[in-house]
Parts: sequence; structure tokens; C-alpha cells
Amino acid sequence: MSTDVSAPQGRSRLDVTPPTHVGGVARVSALYSRHREIAAILISVLLFIYFLVRSGSLFLGSNVATLGQFIAPIAILAVGEAMLLICGEIDLSAGNVYALAPFIVMYLSQDHLPVLLATVLAILISAFIGLVNGLITVYLHVPSFVTTLGMSFLLLGIVLVVTNGATGTPPGGNLYADIMGGGNWSELIWAICMVVIFAYLLKWTRFGTYTFAVGGNLNAAHEASINVARIKIWNFVLMGALAGLTGILDGVRVAALDPTSGGTAIMFSAVAGAVIGGTSLAGGSGSVIGAFFGAVFLETLYDGFTLEGVSEFAFDIIIGAAILIAMVVNIRFQRLRVGRRFEELEPEGDEA
Amino acid sequence: MTADLTGPADVLSVDHIQKRYGAVLALRDVNLHLKDGEILGLIGDNGSGKTTLLKILSGFHQATSGQVLLHGEPVVFRSVSAARHAGIEIVYQDLALVNGLSIAENVFLGRERYRGPLRTLVHRRMRKEADEFLGRLGLANLPGMTEDVANLSGGQRQAIALARALYSQPKILLLDEPTAAMGPRETAQILDLVRRLRDEQHVSILFVNHNYAQLLEVADRVNLLRNGRIRFDKEVEDTSLEEITELVISEVRRALARQTGLPLEDAQ
Repeated sequence: MSTDVSAPQGRSRLDVTPPTHVGGVARVSALYSRHREIAAILISVLLFIYFLVRSGSLFLGSNVATLGQFIAPIAILAVGEAMLLICGEIDLSAGNVYALAPFIVMYLSQDHLPVLLATVLAILISAFIGLVNGLITVYLHVPSFVTTLGMSFLLLGIVLVVTNGATGTPPGGNLYADIMGGGNWSELIWAICMVVIFAYLLKWTRFGTYTFAVGGNLNAAHEASINVARIKIWNFVLMGALAGLTGILDGVRVAALDPTSGGTAIMFSAVAGAVIGGTSLAGGSGSVIGAFFGAVFLETLYDGFTLEGVSEFAFDIIIGAAILIAMVVNIRFQRLRVGRRFEELEPEGDEA
Repeated sequence: MTADLTGPADVLSVDHIQKRYGAVLALRDVNLHLKDGEILGLIGDNGSGKTTLLKILSGFHQATSGQVLLHGEPVVFRSVSAARHAGIEIVYQDLALVNGLSIAENVFLGRERYRGPLRTLVHRRMRKEADEFLGRLGLANLPGMTEDVANLSGGQRQAIALARALYSQPKILLLDEPTAAMGPRETAQILDLVRRLRDEQHVSILFVNHNYAQLLEVADRVNLLRNGRIRFDKEVEDTSLEEITELVISEVRRALARQTGLPLEDAQ
């Protein structure tokens, strides 16, 4: 049963057609697709230099430490949101986990638990909230947008009821305070540690690769025998833990616990940081390092505006515009690449 | 072509398979034999049961009744990985590649190489192995192994999807319209690769394709599936594009006649 219909062709190699024209734009978009953090790093540095030139020494000195304290919480939350966005989910309740966690530490240590143990328990409880978000989203098929919106209100309610709306004081001695966000650079060091750990997780472990796979192509992930539910749920758990940690760090730094300190504002800043850092809201692409620099960008802008006496209202305009621009750039680059692919699919006239 | 006419053994056979989805009978009574080292072309309209059959053979679904025999032994694949373990790989038409991951990461998806207590991925080794493997398959002119597959052309993507399936060295390959939505040049390249898999790697291939001319070019034998049964089974050299086209058209006419109640000649 030989196939006389087709004489074996001379070409035995699969000369996969190289792109017909690789323009500058295409090359830039290919580079951007591989290193999404580049844009965020670039604009952060430019912005930093801009304010340095404008405000000079005022922008340096003690302000840099302040800037670090602004950046750190947004950066840690943005790292968690970036991971979740990459696997195709989002956590809107992070801001209220942030608000709840330091109160848990306070109440537990008031019950004579060592403050360190109380801290660990509070972070575990935060992670458990993430677990609940994940379980509801994955097994009850509720979109995470809805799950975590509901959880957000639920947590805010719990915080307000338990505290009666009153502020509290974080427990712990000087050493605890210095380590857990009170020291000048301690919160930024925590943030950088988290970025390093999660950047490693995303790029150098199967968990990271599967996080991309689950958000990028769910069918392919299933076919590769990836446990999709587990990957998503773990990302929710990690987000919860990071939100709890951030809330505790900020509470200790400010040395006062405010039940309304977290909420949607800080959560949206974190999501904005992740998106400006090149993470797609549609899932499947993003960067933890980008999320960090997205936070750097947002907070440098905020800090610079404050120094220059620009109104806080104007700041919201800038954030909104920055998110829109980041999203448009993301989608435009995707279009460019997909467009290039379809051009190649068309039959070529010079062949026949 | 080395297969001998006295009859190579069946590597995979389907014996009176029936598949029911609730009230719908997707496969009525299918008998099909994939011989060792052949390319068996499978044609049939949408809804004829091709996809259902592939899903049963790849372990995605289980048959309602009947048997699947692998090398003459009855088998039941309870999962995709069970079928894969038995040496059966499937490549779907909607490419199972993950945009955002590189070529090497896609080839190794689900079977990454790692080392150390932290189970750190060894990207360099995976890139090297993927590069060598693609080279052995004769996939030249691919960009670097770190390239995001989102930046590849349709033919390149299909080639990577095939390579992914071939990495576990399957004995049996199920192809679900691999050249759909592809230009003529890339189609020729994919067909060439399929042919070389049979000739050089001795893979037995069940090839589902809507394009009959293409199928005759590459297949050794053709089966037609209609209404959940195999209606036609001929060696490619004993049939022609005209015969197959005529067969398909007459079936359509008969179906139309049944639906409209008109005599056969008028129902067109």
C-alpha cells in the first residue's frame, strides 16, 4: 500500500516559513512580549530623574525613605495581584484582608499570645481567607471578580463590627516594630524579598510555569495534566497571605490601626501597579518585577506631586490615564503580533 | 514505504463501539482498524462522530459499549494520561499551545526538568533538549527556543504542537485536522512531516481531515464515517478523489431526500 499519489518531495526539512518582514515595530513588540517589565522600569526611572531635576535635594534625603515606605505596601500587594491576574483571576478583597490582619495580631496578643505567634497566626488566617476565595471561585464556578467583591464587603463588615469602628494600637516591642515595618527601610526590604521570592516562583518553578499555562490556555493546561484547580487556589492563598503581611507591616509602621485604612483604594492601586507593570488583565502574561516597578511608578508620581503641591485630585486623573495607556499598549502589541501571524498564513503569489 | 501487503497487524482497533450522550447516539456501531505503520485517513461531516471517536481513543471519553483493542488486547482508557501512557498521543486542531510561554516551555509543559531541593527548573537544559529534539524532527528555521509561541506563524505553531505530542515517543498519533486554517505552503510542510513520521519513526497515524485531496496525498487508506458508522474503507490506490467526492455527495443527496421526502433525483 504505497502512496503513489504523492511522490516524496525533495524537501525533507520542514523549512518553516520565516516571517516575511520583521519590521522595527514587530521586533519591539516581540521584545516587549518577553520582557514586559521593561516599560515600567523605564518610566519609573524617567519619572524619578524628572522629579530629581525639578525638586532637587528636596526629593532626595529623608524623602527617599518615605518614598520607600509608600512603595512597599503597594508593591507587595501588586506582586500577589500580578500572580493572580496571570492565572486568570483577581482578588478585590485584598484591601480588607490588609485591614483585618493587624487587628487579629492585636486581639491575639491581648489574649496573651506571644506577638510573633500572633503575627504568624494572623498571616495564616489571611491565607485561609484566600483559600476560601479560591475554593468558591474554582469549585462553585463563581467568577473571582464576584467572589472577592463579596468577600471584600464581608471582611469590611467583620472589621467594623469587631472593632466598633475604633482605632487600635499594634502590639510588640521595639525590635518587633523595627523588623515588622517600623524601621526606616524594613518595609521596603520586605517588599524586595517578596519580589525576589515570587519572581523566582514565577520563572524558575513548575508552579510559575503552570500559573502562566492556566491563564494562557486552560485547555492546554488540562491536556498537559496540570491540576488547574490547585494552581488557582494556591495563588489565592498566596495573595491572602501577602495582603495580611502588608496590613501588619503598615499597621506597625504607622503605629496605629485604622479599620478603614485598607479597602478598595489600596487594592486598586496594587492592581494598577501590576497592570502598569505589564500584567494583562486577561491572564496569561505578566511579570512580578514589572508589578514592583508599577508600584514604584505610581508612588513616585504621588510623592513627586505631593512635593510639588499638586492636588491629590489630579493624581487620580494621572492614575486613571496611566492604567488606560498601559492597557491600550498591552492590547495594541498583542494585535501587532497576531496581525503578523495572519499575514503569513495567506498563500504567497510567488509560489505557484 | 515499507509496509508489506500481506497485512501488517492492527495496532489499534475499534470493535463495535457505541457512544451515547443522554438521548443522542453519537457513535452507532463503529469498527475501525489502524494498521501498524500506516496513515489512516478518516473523513466525515460535522456531527458524523469523528471527534467523539478521537475523544474515546485518546481517553477523554469512555465508550458506552464495545471495545478498543491495543495490539489485540482490550483496553479502557479512563483518562488522557492513561492513553498517553499506553503510547497514544493526540493533537487537536485548536492548538494546545500556551501563548506567553516559550517554545521550549511549551514542548516541556507538564514534564518540566528540575533539580535541587527547591525543584528549580533547568531552563537551559530544557532549551537544549527541545532544540535537539526539534532538530531531529527536521524542524528547521524555527526561531530561538526562548521565543514566545505567540510570535510564531500558524505552521510553526502546529509543528510545535506536533513536536510536543511526539516528545513522549508515541506509537500511535491521532491528528484532528492539523492543517485547518493553514496556507498551502505550510500545509505541504505539515503533510511532509506526517509522512516522515510514518516512514522514519514508524508511527501509526489516524488522520482526520476535511480536505479529501490532501488526505489522498498522504494517507494509505481512507475510512468514511457517517451517522455513527464506518461506511467506506478502501486503500488509497484503489480509490480516487472522484469516487470519494461522489460518495460524499450521494450521501448528502440521500440525506436530503430523507428530510424532504422528495424522490432521490429531485432532492438536490
